[in-house]
Amino acid sequence: MNKLLKKSLLWPLAAVAAIGFLSVGCSSNGEFGSSSDAAEKVYVAPGEHDEFYGFFSGGYNGQLGVYGLPSGRHIYTIPVFSQTPTNGYGYSEETKSMLQTTDGFVPWGDAHHPELSQTDGETDGRWVFMNENNTPRVARVGLDEFKTQEIIEIPNSAGNHASSFVTPNTEYVSAATRFSIPMDEKNMENMDVSIDSYKENFKGTISFIKVSDKGKMNIDFQIMMPGFNYDLSHAGKGPSHGWSFFTSYNSEEANTMLEINASRNDKDYIAAINWEKAAEYAKQGKGKMMPGKHYRNYIDHEEGGVAKSEVIEKVRVLDPRKLEGIVYFLPTPKSPHGVDVDPTGQYIAAGGKLSTVIPVHSFAKMEEAIENKDFEGKEQGIPVLNYDSILHGEVENPGLGPLHTEFDGKGYAYTTAFISSEIVKWDIETAEVVDRIDVYYSPGHLMIPGGDSQNPDGKYLVALNKITKDRYLPTGPEMFHSAQLIDISGDKMKLLLDFPTEGEPHYAQAITADKVKERQKRFYEIDDNNHPRATKSEKEARVERDGNEVHVYMTTIRSHFAPDNIEGIKVGDEVYFHVTNLEQDWDVPHGFAVKGANTSELLIMPGETLTLKWEPKKPGVVPFYCTDFCSALHQEMQGYVRVSPENSDTPISYGTGE
Amino acid sequence: MNTQISKITGLIVLTMALLIGCGKSSDSEKDSTDSEEEKQELTDFEMTNGIGPVDEEITIEEIDTELAKEGMRVFDMKCGACHKLDKRYVGPPLGGVMNARTPAYVMNMILNPEEMLKKHPVAKSVGSEYPTRMTNQQLTREKARAVVEYLAQESQ
Repeated sequence: MNKLLKKSLLWPLAAVAAIGFLSVGCSSNGEFGSSSDAAEKVYVAPGEHDEFYGFFSGGYNGQLGVYGLPSGRHIYTIPVFSQTPTNGYGYSEETKSMLQTTDGFVPWGDAHHPELSQTDGETDGRWVFMNENNTPRVARVGLDEFKTQEIIEIPNSAGNHASSFVTPNTEYVSAATRFSIPMDEKNMENMDVSIDSYKENFKGTISFIKVSDKGKMNIDFQIMMPGFNYDLSHAGKGPSHGWSFFTSYNSEEANTMLEINASRNDKDYIAAINWEKAAEYAKQGKGKMMPGKHYRNYIDHEEGGVAKSEVIEKVRVLDPRKLEGIVYFLPTPKSPHGVDVDPTGQYIAAGGKLSTVIPVHSFAKMEEAIENKDFEGKEQGIPVLNYDSILHGEVENPGLGPLHTEFDGKGYAYTTAFISSEIVKWDIETAEVVDRIDVYYSPGHLMIPGGDSQNPDGKYLVALNKITKDRYLPTGPEMFHSAQLIDISGDKMKLLLDFPTEGEPHYAQAITADKVKERQKRFYEIDDNNHPRATKSEKEARVERDGNEVHVYMTTIRSHFAPDNIEGIKVGDEVYFHVTNLEQDWDVPHGFAVKGANTSELLIMPGETLTLKWEPKKPGVVPFYCTDFCSALHQEMQGYVRVSPENSDTPISYGTGE
Repeated sequence: MNTQISKITGLIVLTMALLIGCGKSSDSEKDSTDSEEEKQELTDFEMTNGIGPVDEEITIEEIDTELAKEGMRVFDMKCGACHKLDKRYVGPPLGGVMNARTPAYVMNMILNPEEMLKKHPVAKSVGSEYPTRMTNQQLTREKARAVVEYLAQESQ
C-alpha cells in the first residue's frame, strides 16, 4: 500500500511536467508554432535595450505611448493633448497654455497618427508629429526630451483626421479636415444654415504646415476643397516627391446616415495634391489671405520652459479651381480609407473599405494622364483622371475590408483586412497576394518601422487591432486594444507577441533606438535655467507677497524642500509654488503636492522649474510633500504651510532647518 | 517510501543550494573584486588626491579672487542646498575643508561622488556619518576647480 501511495503521489507531478513540455509545441489561438522560438525573438534580457522605439498614438486619451520593440514593453507615455496628473502637464502654470485654442482651454484631444520627422525620405529621430481630430490641432513632440514642444491649431477645419503626415524632408506636415462644414467663401466663417443645404454650402480644407529647421510650425497655405470627408494621407517620395495624396469619401455629399448614403458611389477619390506647385503659388502671393484665427502654443526650455501662445488671425487660401495644376482626383473604389505610397514612390495603394480589390495607382501613369489631359470629367471644377489610365493593378482577393498598407522595402506591401481579421502580404510589382496571417482581431492600422518612408526596416510588423476579446485577462466590458508583433524577415509572416496598448492607438510609427538614444537630454543645466521665477540656489529660496498673490520660490534636492515651513498665507490668497529642482542627476525628479490643490501634483525634472497654483480655502496647517520616491529619506521630504483666516495679520515668514 | 521522500527532499535541497549558490557566488565575487580593487588599486596618489578625472596634483598658493567669486556662485547653486560652511547640514561643513583635503581630492569628490563613496576609505568613512548620499551635480572640471578656489579662500 505504501508503494501504491508513493506512486500515486508522484505520478501527477510527472504528468504536469510532461504536459508542460508538450504544450510548448502546441499551436492554438494564433500562437507561433514553436513558442520558444517566438519567445527568443522578443526576449530582451534585463538591462538590455530594445532595438526600436515604437510611438503609439493614445487615441482618445490624447497622449503618445512609447513602447520598446520587439519586447512590447511600455516605456513611457508622453502627454500631448490631454492634461496629465503624472507630471502636471496642462495643469502647471508653465504648460497650461499648450492646450489653448480659439474654443478656449481644451484639456482633452483625440490623437490619431504619430509621424516621425524625416530627412531625405528617412526617419531622423528629431520629432514626432501627431494630429488631434476633435479640436483640429497638430503637435510636435521633441525626441530630445520626450516632451510636447509645440501645438498648432488648424483653422477652417472641422476635424483634423487626414494628418499629420510629413513630406520627405519634413518641409511640410499636412492636415485635412474629416468633416466638411458650411463655409462662407468670402470669410471662411462657419455658417448658420440648414444642414440639408450640404451640397450648396459645405466645404473642406487641406492645410500645409511649414516646419522650420528648429521645428517651428506655421500654416503656409490651405487649399479649399469640395465638401467631402477627407480621411488619410501620405506624401509622395522619389519620383512622386512634391505630391501628397489624400483619400476622400462621401463624394455623395450626404449629410445624414452616411453608413448608407455615403456608400452609394462606385468610386470616391484620392486627391493628388502638387504641394510643391501650391507652395510656389503661395510664395508668389497667389490665393487670398483669409480670416483663419488660430493658436500656436510652444514651450522651449532654453527660453525658460514657460509655454507661450500666439494668435494668428489669417491664413493664405488657394482655390484649385483658379490655380491650375494643384489638385487632381484619382477615382478609387469604394469609400477608400488608407492611402499609402511605396518606398520607391512609384505606386499609390488605397484601402477601399468596401472594395473587393486593392487598387494600386501608378504615379508615372498619373503624370502621363495629366500631361495628356486624359480626364474623365470634372468634379466641382477639379479634373478627374481616368481610372483605367492610371491603374498599375488591382490586388485580387486581399481579404475583407482592406484599410491600411505599409511596406518592407523588399518589394512587398502588407495590408490590414479589418473584416476578415488578417494581414495580407502582396508583391507590389505583380499585385499578387503571396502570404496572409490571421490577427486577433480586426486590425486598423499596421506599422513597420520606417514603413511609410523610403527606407523601411522590414524586420517586424505591428498589427494594431481594434478588438481584444479573449487575448488577455478580462477587465469588465472594456479592454485596451491589442497590438501584435509579427516577424516579417522571412517569406512567411510569423506571429511573435501580443501586447496591450493604451487608449486606442490608431496609427503608430517606430524608429531604430540608435537614432534616438544618443540625442537624449538627461537633465537641464541649472545654470541655464531661464525660467523667470527660477530659484537657482537654496540661498535664494523665499516667499513674497504681492497683494493677495503669494509667490513661493522653492528649491528641492534629496531630501528636503527650502523653505519647508511657511507662515502668513491667508484664505483667499492665490499661492504660486515655483519649485526648482536643484538636482543635476539623470532620472531624479522631485514631486510636489499640497493638500486640497484643485489641479494636480508637479513632477519637476532635474534643473527645471514648475509652478503649482493653490488657493487655500480653509484655515489650518497644511502639509506638502514630494510625490516621487527620490531617496531613502523620501518620506522625510515634506513641509507645512500655515493658512490663517482671510482678515488675520500673520506676517509672511519661512525657513528650512531652523 | 521514506527513502523516496528523502531522495526528493534531497533533490529539492540540492536544487535550492545550487540556485542560492549561484546568486551568492556572483555577489561575493563582486564584493571581493571591490575590496581587492580598494586594497590593491588605490595608489598613494589616490589616497591623497581621490579617485576620478583629476589625476594630477593641484596646488593653490595665492587665491585668485575672481575665480573664487565664480566658485561661490557655483557653490551656492549646486552645493549649497546640502553643504553649509560653518555647520553640519545634509552633508558635512566645508568652511575648513581645504585645511584637511587636497584640492584634487575635493574636485574628485565633486566630479565623481559615486566612485569616491564606494571605493575611497576616507570618503566612505565620512559618508557613513550622513544618511543622505552625495549626488552628482554634473559640474564641469572648470567649475569644480572654481569651487575649490572658493573653499580654499574660506579655509584661510
